[in-house]
Amino acid sequence: MLEGNLTPVTFGLAAIGSGIGAGLVFAAFITGIARQPEALNVLRTWAFTAFALIEALALIGLVAPFFLK
Amino acid sequence: MSGHVLTDGGYTPPSTHEVFPPPFFEQVPWLDKPFLLVCLSVVILVGFFGAAVRRPAMVPSRLQFTGELIYSFVRNGIGRDVIGSANYQRFVPFLFALFTFILVNNLYEITPLISFPPMSHIAFPMVLALIVLVVYNVVGIRQQGFVNYFKNVMFIPGVPKFVYPILSPIELLTILVVRPFTLAVRLFANMFAGHMLLLVFMTGAEYMLIEVANPALKAAGLLTGVVAIVMTFFELFVAVFQAYIFALLTALYIGGAVNEGH
Repeated sequence: MLEGNLTPVTFGLAAIGSGIGAGLVFAAFITGIARQPEALNVLRTWAFTAFALIEALALIGLVAPFFLK
Repeated sequence: MSGHVLTDGGYTPPSTHEVFPPPFFEQVPWLDKPFLLVCLSVVILVGFFGAAVRRPAMVPSRLQFTGELIYSFVRNGIGRDVIGSANYQRFVPFLFALFTFILVNNLYEITPLISFPPMSHIAFPMVLALIVLVVYNVVGIRQQGFVNYFKNVMFIPGVPKFVYPILSPIELLTILVVRPFTLAVRLFANMFAGHMLLLVFMTGAEYMLIEVANPALKAAGLLTGVVAIVMTFFELFVAVFQAYIFALLTALYIGGAVNEGH
């Protein structure tokens, strides 16, 4: 018999969206480097910027229980 | 979170109380560990960079080289690349201070004997985000004028007229609320979650290795201990990355305010 709380599972579900988004960003980043290695510095800045914006959604989900309580 | 990992109820998982250590003296409630650590970080930064630039030489010493490496990373990698080479120089000190301050405070998380990230109290990231909010809005208003700044932000050219009633409030909300909120929450949540993660693995390994007799659990405890060490290195990456992201996004917002139009 397994006992527990299902609440954390909903955060896992919410994180799927951010996971897909981050995957798309870094896939495009790597493709960009492969096509044009000298653009690495410019690409890195924008890839991490986009990643940070996407990651924010999952992190808001992570802290939501603390300020909704 | 309720419920125990093991049915015998011997293990209590770490809770949010872990990030609120009690003050050192009962009479002075504001004098606690995070406060001291933040003060110490300023001393460390002033001491380190003061020593790095005290005797500048053509052939730099190791210390001077390290200081210059960090400075040129912020100046070129964050300031010049993001704000643009025309007017990035006056913002470099601000970005540099933000980056190094957050970096030192985040590195406390994995420093032995300290192992506490002050940024896991949302008050510290919140103040930093408020400073950033004031800076980029004031810079934008000074550069473009009050009316022009908000006009440029709210009425993006090339958008059909009927979209403005929806788009303009969102854009206004973005520069006044969403940006500082996400900046603060991103830093806070990363350090808080990282601290909790390390605590779960460390206390879990300690419990399974020492306090349980079951050999299968002892093996699992050993594995958990190894993962705890791996996670510590991962947290090193997160600590540096979050400092970088905070400074990078600040530069991005300042760049959007300084360079007119989108």
